[in-house]
Amino acid sequence: MSPRLRWRKFVSGFMLTMTGVCAAVSVAVLFFILGYLVYHGGTSISWNFFTKLPAPVGETGGGMANAIVGSAKLLLLASLVGVPIGFFGAIYLAEFSGGTTAFVVRYAADLLNGVPSIVIGIFAYSLVVLPFKHFSTLAGGFAIGLMMIPITLRSTEEFLRAVPRALREGAMALGASKWKTISTVIVPAAYRGILTAVLLAFARVAGETAPLLFTAFGNRFWSPGWNQPTASLPVMIFTYAVAPYDDWHRQAWAAGLVLLGLILVLNIVARAILSRGIAVPRA
Amino acid sequence: MKRITGLFLAVLVLAGIAWADALSINGAGATFPYPMYSKWFDEYHKKNANLQINYQSIGSGGGIKQVTEGTVDFGATDGPMNDEQLKAYSDKHGSGILHFPTVMGAVVPTYNIPGVSAELNFTPEALAGIFLGKVTKWNDPVIAGANKGVKLPAEDIVVVHRAEASGTTYVWTDYLSKVSPEWKSSVGTGAAPKWPVGLGGKGNEGVTGTIKNTPNSIGYVELIYAESNKIPYGSVKNASGVFVKPSLAAVSAAAAATAKDMPDDFRVSITNAPGKAAYPISSFTWLLIPQKFTDTSKRDALKGFLKWALADGQNYAESLSYAKLPKEVVAKELKAIDKIQ
Amino acid sequence: MATSTTTVPSAGPAAGSRSFLSRLRDGDEIARLITFLFAASVVLVTLLLVLELWQGSVLPRHKFGFNFFRTSVWDPIFEQFGALPFIYGTLVTAGVALVIAVPLGIGAAIFLAELAPVRVSDTLEFFIDLLAAVPSVIYGLLGVFIVVPLMRVYIQPTLKHTLGFLPLFQGPAYGVGFLTAGIVLAIMVIPYIISVSREVLLSVPRDQREAALSLGSTRWESTWKVVVPFARGGIMGSIFLALARALGETMAVTMVIGNTPTISASLFSPGYSIAAVIANEFTEATGDLYLQSLIELGLVLFILTFILNGLARLLIVATSQKGAGMGHA
Repeated sequence: MSPRLRWRKFVSGFMLTMTGVCAAVSVAVLFFILGYLVYHGGTSISWNFFTKLPAPVGETGGGMANAIVGSAKLLLLASLVGVPIGFFGAIYLAEFSGGTTAFVVRYAADLLNGVPSIVIGIFAYSLVVLPFKHFSTLAGGFAIGLMMIPITLRSTEEFLRAVPRALREGAMALGASKWKTISTVIVPAAYRGILTAVLLAFARVAGETAPLLFTAFGNRFWSPGWNQPTASLPVMIFTYAVAPYDDWHRQAWAAGLVLLGLILVLNIVARAILSRGIAVPRA
Repeated sequence: MKRITGLFLAVLVLAGIAWADALSINGAGATFPYPMYSKWFDEYHKKNANLQINYQSIGSGGGIKQVTEGTVDFGATDGPMNDEQLKAYSDKHGSGILHFPTVMGAVVPTYNIPGVSAELNFTPEALAGIFLGKVTKWNDPVIAGANKGVKLPAEDIVVVHRAEASGTTYVWTDYLSKVSPEWKSSVGTGAAPKWPVGLGGKGNEGVTGTIKNTPNSIGYVELIYAESNKIPYGSVKNASGVFVKPSLAAVSAAAAATAKDMPDDFRVSITNAPGKAAYPISSFTWLLIPQKFTDTSKRDALKGFLKWALADGQNYAESLSYAKLPKEVVAKELKAIDKIQ
Repeated sequence: MATSTTTVPSAGPAAGSRSFLSRLRDGDEIARLITFLFAASVVLVTLLLVLELWQGSVLPRHKFGFNFFRTSVWDPIFEQFGALPFIYGTLVTAGVALVIAVPLGIGAAIFLAELAPVRVSDTLEFFIDLLAAVPSVIYGLLGVFIVVPLMRVYIQPTLKHTLGFLPLFQGPAYGVGFLTAGIVLAIMVIPYIISVSREVLLSVPRDQREAALSLGSTRWESTWKVVVPFARGGIMGSIFLALARALGETMAVTMVIGNTPTISASLFSPGYSIAAVIANEFTEATGDLYLQSLIELGLVLFILTFILNGLARLLIVATSQKGAGMGHA
């Protein structure tokens, strides 16, 4: 073996090991965070946590039932805003648009993504709260829905583009119209990726606090309907974490753990139900 | 796919069903009294199951803004509204807004000096000097002079202040402006001043956390945070020349001194109050209640709550490290409640 | 795949010669219209946001003009407002975050896409995606309780000891500061890079790899020189996502950056970012000039993002080769 080849082989082995290290570090961080949350908040997770309303200071046994339901409602609304715009917009970018339009839309999406969450909150506040003179779940859902758009749009577009040309050409050759090709061939082929995009966007907005402060506001009680202020997990975490009571701190960690757990469950369920895609050949 | 859409829509509809038996009132404002108010509103709810008072702490300024905008029914603030804000409110609503002091608190100087476990005495000159960046070392004569017998290190002082705008900062700077002309002219009183020196910690928790982790640091926090985090806090020399250790009794003393001259609108600063037992960095916290209500059920509910808070409610204060209102102030407030229409 | 789209001619005479209505009857035209509306709404929302920011910052724009970008003083009580320290802090923390997260993220994505067996890759990816779900408040708290003490006691002194000759690593070590904020941000943005890059790498056609290997390249060479460039567009897209997140992150940053409007060459120095100051001061901002100055900061961040995105895209265009892989701006 020539020395040059030996060197190249060495570099190959070394770099590939380094990538393994990168992956290990990333995963380790996650497990560390999980462990920390479990350690500090695990004791506060009980049946009460999921079913009771927050208790006053000094009393134990309170829970975050209203925050859990509130977060779920907010995410539902957010996905109504974020997913269709992201998904269909991405289809337009990947399949129909010319270079300039695509450029502009992508640019706009990246700009939107960079807006601080508090500014989105202020924006939603002036659009949905001020005119109606009250805080509401609708306003909160709208605010975080806006935040979902860029991630969904950009990622979905990438995955749609990544579908091999061969599949498209095959459909074309069979005489399928554009829309037919998209709906029956391309989208199913990119299903996995699209799901990843949507779940990533979900994960992102599930933990956002700032946009909710001025829109969904917060609520110690149950929030009926869509027009009232509502509690949410991130806001509860924030409120409890900055308070001077240890019990509230523990509940804040517990809430963080529950939030992560819910997203985890959502991930599992979504992948299980919806991951019926055409298997794209992998290396 | 159709099944999922159907399920989705069903959940959407179900979640939207509103049950409307309870009267819901929303309030926003200061973070400092949040534990107190949340306790009060929960206890009051137990007595009146049909009434839900939902209070969220988004900051004193936020409370003032939202109650002016009309998005919440009442507000709460650690620093009274100024004339400009009052005018903005009355311009918008056609009637005024009333201040009601609820409880009181103390802002205390906390510190972390390795090797020093004693309670330090701080003169107004020392505090102003430290926060102005003029006094830079712990063994500076201005500090040492009031703490004879304590060995202070020759280390740089790390100042910690609040990062975000807050009522606590308002009270602290209000005090410093009263005792230091230099502070008043160069920095001033406000919720978010331009700090000459120091790091910014987020929230009272952030400041206590930073102090705990940073040797030779000093900051200011609400009394309850210093107590629950068990960090040392010092005594401050009051206007009568006595070094007073922060305590609920000392805060009440500060309020009692000003109770006699309490203005009718209750907007008063009790920092640097006269009296031997008064703690100089004390403050009221207020509820902001509109003078005119269009919704009579909300009006009556809030009036009922106020009366309860000023009577039975006060009994919950001390266990949460808030100071009760002096009797004279309570009496005056009960009369003022009638102004609410 | 080139940047141009492929239009599928419908069955029948060429599309241009058919009337609008008859094309409309085809699913395609409607599909095109509907998806266009959705895509356009993104631009609309963004424009609306800029408009709100522009209108909401009328007072400081007239009062300070361009000085807003050059002044370092931020004094709410005496009503002097300058954006420079916040611009600096935003750029520095985002820069540090990307410097850490991009190599780490791409490396991990390569491992997961190329080396790890399918099951392992899927499981690990699953967990890494969870990093995106951790609430920003929790990241902030973890930063305060874990990263800051770590920095103050171990990392900053070590850096000072070894690399202290660089102005980057000088000055007192408080634990909070630009470097700490950058590290916390890096952890927050890494899942976006890994997740999207991995998916894109996975969809690179097998024949590309095999062609390289058959020509005698090592595993690494085929990955780095063939597969990654092929997936370059998607990887850049993921970096854009990460950059945007880093620029706009509010909660976590404000807990670990020190919240002091300072411009300093040292990464140990406490600083401030645009998002953090808006979050910290917006609720209490009384007085129109103050409030609107905060909104103008939001506008400034928007402009910053605009410029950075533009520069990055220029970079891509300048370094891309025609016809190679899935590159697009």
